[in-house]
Amino acid sequence: MSPRRNFLRILAVGSAYVATFAAGWLRPLQSLAADWNKAAFEAIVLADALRNIGAAASTESDQIQLKAPEIAENGAIVPVEITSKLPGTQTIYIFADKNPQPLVAIFEIEAGLEPFISTRIKMGESSKVRVLVKAGGKFYVATQEVKVTIGGCGG
Amino acid sequence: MSLRRRKGWVGLLVAAFLAANMAGQALASPEEDRASFITLYRDQFPTLPLENYVNGALMLSIDAKSQFDSIMEFPPFQDDIDRGAALWEKPFRNGKTFASCFANGGRNVAGNYPYYAPAVDRVVTFEMDINRCLRDNGEAEFKFNDKATMGIITAYGRTLSDGMRVDVRVQGAGALAQYEQGRKLYFTRMGQYNFACASCHMANAGKILRTEILSPAVGQTTHWPVFRGGDNLNTLHMRYRRCMEQMRAAPFAAGSEELNNLEYFHSYLSNGLPMRASVYRK
Amino acid sequence: MADAMKIRARLQGDVADVKVLMFHPMETGLRKDPITGELIPLHFIQRVVATLNGRAVMNAQWSRAVSKNPFVHFRIHGAKSGDRVTVSWEDNMGEKAGIETTLN
Repeated sequence: MSPRRNFLRILAVGSAYVATFAAGWLRPLQSLAADWNKAAFEAIVLADALRNIGAAASTESDQIQLKAPEIAENGAIVPVEITSKLPGTQTIYIFADKNPQPLVAIFEIEAGLEPFISTRIKMGESSKVRVLVKAGGKFYVATQEVKVTIGGCGG
Repeated sequence: MSLRRRKGWVGLLVAAFLAANMAGQALASPEEDRASFITLYRDQFPTLPLENYVNGALMLSIDAKSQFDSIMEFPPFQDDIDRGAALWEKPFRNGKTFASCFANGGRNVAGNYPYYAPAVDRVVTFEMDINRCLRDNGEAEFKFNDKATMGIITAYGRTLSDGMRVDVRVQGAGALAQYEQGRKLYFTRMGQYNFACASCHMANAGKILRTEILSPAVGQTTHWPVFRGGDNLNTLHMRYRRCMEQMRAAPFAAGSEELNNLEYFHSYLSNGLPMRASVYRK
Repeated sequence: MADAMKIRARLQGDVADVKVLMFHPMETGLRKDPITGELIPLHFIQRVVATLNGRAVMNAQWSRAVSKNPFVHFRIHGAKSGDRVTVSWEDNMGEKAGIETTLN
């Protein structure tokens, strides 16, 4: 059977959204404002950001596969793909060490989600992209240097 | 391939061009030009198939091409293309749409642009025919340098020709004269930097200038508009203008006869290559 | 009205391969309006939740450093035809959007 999307409903801000919210499927969003690690995201120093996610200590692991460019074509849109082969992977954290605020994103891997995330991030300058994985209550880390250039004649 | 031999090709081409010009002889035909360019690049990039040239500088960097492929999987500028689709499909006051102005409703037509129109002794670009459509249906024309109108209509309209092989025709004296104007401009040094298009994009294609890999002329016109950084829409003429500004030359206007003729010559070089509109560039 | 987001969800065996594109400026608060010269206020998606049949499978917290018009790709195991996948977000200004699809 060919996989095919046969039903799609888009909910914009407004009454349609409110109706569906009441129906319960958006319940996980109810406590959103509280669920944002302000201290970690607003930390300017990498060590503070790491401490605020509870990862003051972490072990390097080759079980974290990080795919990122060698030289980013454009620092505003750097594709990053992470696969964690660590058993019991709970959370994936993405940092760009030299960003004004190093912590970029946190992905909690709930039951059923493959420990795989692909997204696009902003990098202010050449820096290590740092991925932390919380697995079995412990933190593991992998990094990759990504160069960011400012285009010359690129326009 | 030694630097001297590579430079020799440009020298030969330019010298031949100038010599013929001064002697009043007929210049090389468009097919001869296209063949010369391809020979030059095959010399420089012996292992790269011609089909890859549509990717320009990206064909010379696996790292860069990989980012392109990743982003093109689900382009961030999809909403701009969708806005273009809405504009394309929106009926004019008289009830007609853009599709009614083009063969096949606009499918697989972009590869035939620009074409020479004997009635007006001018070259016609796809963007000019968009405006002709508006004009013929009692609507206001778009400005050639306006991203919000001409930009997005072509961001969608040109995708209707994705996959089409470029097939630009230069037949007859009138067409040839416009083509030759375009070629002349291609080889004309301009601006404070005194560079011609040929200076960077022929013998120096593949080399790095200010952190950028210079792309070859063949394949360059096949993939417009582009979205720089994923969100900054640029049409081909906007890019020509920017290049001229980077040479510190006062740029010709988007939609000007000079740029139309340049596009005519430039597009001919990509005959046979597949088109793909609305792509990511850095 | 333009979509707030797009989703592509394909069932590959019992794995739902999901790609989402969200249309959001993800303003860093550091950019100046080219015309007025004023700083454009910080405006970015903070929380993203993906569910399978109403149960959260992915919970994400984002910073302004996620790219404009964010893209995310993830895979849900144990999925089957007829299952509902939703992805919803909320930003720092309290704006929300969501999308739902049924796997085939």
